[in-house]
Amino acid sequence: MKVYFDHNATTPLHPEVKKEMAEAMDMFGNPSSMHAWGREARANVEDARSRVAGFIGAQNDEIVFVGSGSEANNTVLSLFVCASSQCIPGTKMRSTIITTKIEHPCVLETSECLAHRGARVKYLDVDQYGKIDLDQLESMLGDDVGLVSVMMANNEIGTFQDIETISKMARSCGALMHTDAVQAVGKVPVDVNRLGVDFLTISGHKIYGPKGVGALYVKKGTPYCPFIRGGHQERGRRAGTENTLGILGLGKAVEMRALEMEAEEERLASLKAFLKKGIEERIDDIHFNGHPTDSLAGTLNVSFPGAEGEAILLYLDLEGIAVSTGSACASGSLDPSHVLLATGVDAERAHGSIRISLGRSSTMQEAEYLLDVLPRTIQRIRNMSTAYIKGGAHAASR
Amino acid sequence: MLQAGEWAYSETLKEHFMSPKNIMQGESTDEFDGVGMEGNLQCGDQMMVVIKVDKQSEVITDCQWKTYGCASAIASTSILSEMVKGMTLDQAFHISPKDVAKELGGLPENKIHCSVLGDKALRAAINNYFVRNGMEDRVKQEQAKIVCQCMNITDHDIEEAVLEGARTYFELQEHTKLGTVCGQCKDEAESLLEKFKHIHFGA
Repeated sequence: MKVYFDHNATTPLHPEVKKEMAEAMDMFGNPSSMHAWGREARANVEDARSRVAGFIGAQNDEIVFVGSGSEANNTVLSLFVCASSQCIPGTKMRSTIITTKIEHPCVLETSECLAHRGARVKYLDVDQYGKIDLDQLESMLGDDVGLVSVMMANNEIGTFQDIETISKMARSCGALMHTDAVQAVGKVPVDVNRLGVDFLTISGHKIYGPKGVGALYVKKGTPYCPFIRGGHQERGRRAGTENTLGILGLGKAVEMRALEMEAEEERLASLKAFLKKGIEERIDDIHFNGHPTDSLAGTLNVSFPGAEGEAILLYLDLEGIAVSTGSACASGSLDPSHVLLATGVDAERAHGSIRISLGRSSTMQEAEYLLDVLPRTIQRIRNMSTAYIKGGAHAASR
Repeated sequence: MLQAGEWAYSETLKEHFMSPKNIMQGESTDEFDGVGMEGNLQCGDQMMVVIKVDKQSEVITDCQWKTYGCASAIASTSILSEMVKGMTLDQAFHISPKDVAKELGGLPENKIHCSVLGDKALRAAINNYFVRNGMEDRVKQEQAKIVCQCMNITDHDIEEAVLEGARTYFELQEHTKLGTVCGQCKDEAESLLEKFKHIHFGA
């Protein structure tokens, strides 16, 4: 049996998206051209734009198509440099940026870069469930803060933040508000007006659309400077000939999400509850990470002390099951997940964590298969682990 | 369109991961003649090696292990346990991480650190055997000074890493995992790095 439980990493194309993209495969015109080929491409790009805008309560000209969620996040944060220079005349970006310790690396590493270029970056702590502390935010806010960037739902543990309240607080002190909503859009209702944000990041491939396309919501009137310069595309806000097929696919993806999201997320929530109960019943000494209720319906992060994450991932791979590990060991870094560490999970527990992320193809049979394979996989790894030697790990080496 | 490629690991490594050899069963080390443990759970790798030794010939007759760690950590302890059986204590003492990696058919660069604990644990087990048998004089005290407290990395380890090709602090970290937890040893480690580069390579 083949089981894909890694939907937070990426998703397959929705069949309807695939169909629409396949039918459009011969559309090659440049949307900037005035002839019929160009006008056809333009019509499809603008149609997609209005679908995306409608999906999040934005106006069409507030949507900028970009190459990825990472690009959208880089674009927003990098405004700090441009708004502090001549790029955006009449604007002076304040010197401080506030973000959290659990953001995606594309936010954290860009923030570090900005710190090297003169920004003062403050990182919000999170509690054991991954929620930021609004009192700490309050204490950090001041008339030096130019931008607050807080992700809407965390990719590793699924925890939601109260963006509506955070936005109000940020804007009341005159700061711009950005949320990386890559994991949230298409899973929960998102309305930019209700959230009160100035920028919001969307990615295509997390919601059954194609890779290589994302969208950035930029509230009308917000200071802006393109991250990729040198073209008039996207009303001068993102140079480069449009990824027409990708954009068309993203438009179809949000349309399908609008139809399916609500019922689908309810189904995933009960599937997750089933998995959680099964893991609890069948495996000793486990810990669930993230918020128990206020988190993504399909995301389950669990630690198995004594079993290392990459070993779990690869033994499951041998059985046809795809999950991901919070430990970055698999991806080449030596450090355990920064998200889990920020929630106060110790390094050992963080090393032994996996993320199971469900999606629209996930079934009860798949969940049962995982519940069959996982207990013996963990048992097998623990049997060969030093962590379970009587008398503690250090007793033997005297 | 291509199908899913192989893992980043060699076939040999994959085999040892799928069917690890000589895992120590149960929790008791009583039946063994030497016990060594290295690493810690916080860092994501810990290995214990236990040996049985023929007292006359000083040949290792059995070697078993427990490992907490990733696929290459599990596989490298497994293959190490196969390699040392039949070796004398002196031969086994000189097994290096490179020998283990070679036997595994190579390791991805970012996984070299996962294989350095097995040979350390083996040396600890051999020293433990000497102590238990009244041969304290044969214990090869690596008269080393611990530089990185978190990862238990000594000046000897830094020297070895330089000999293996580490030239920058980052490369030193890749070889030894030094300074990857609290980072307080960075200055001392950097000056030792310069010193050993100078001694061995005149750099």
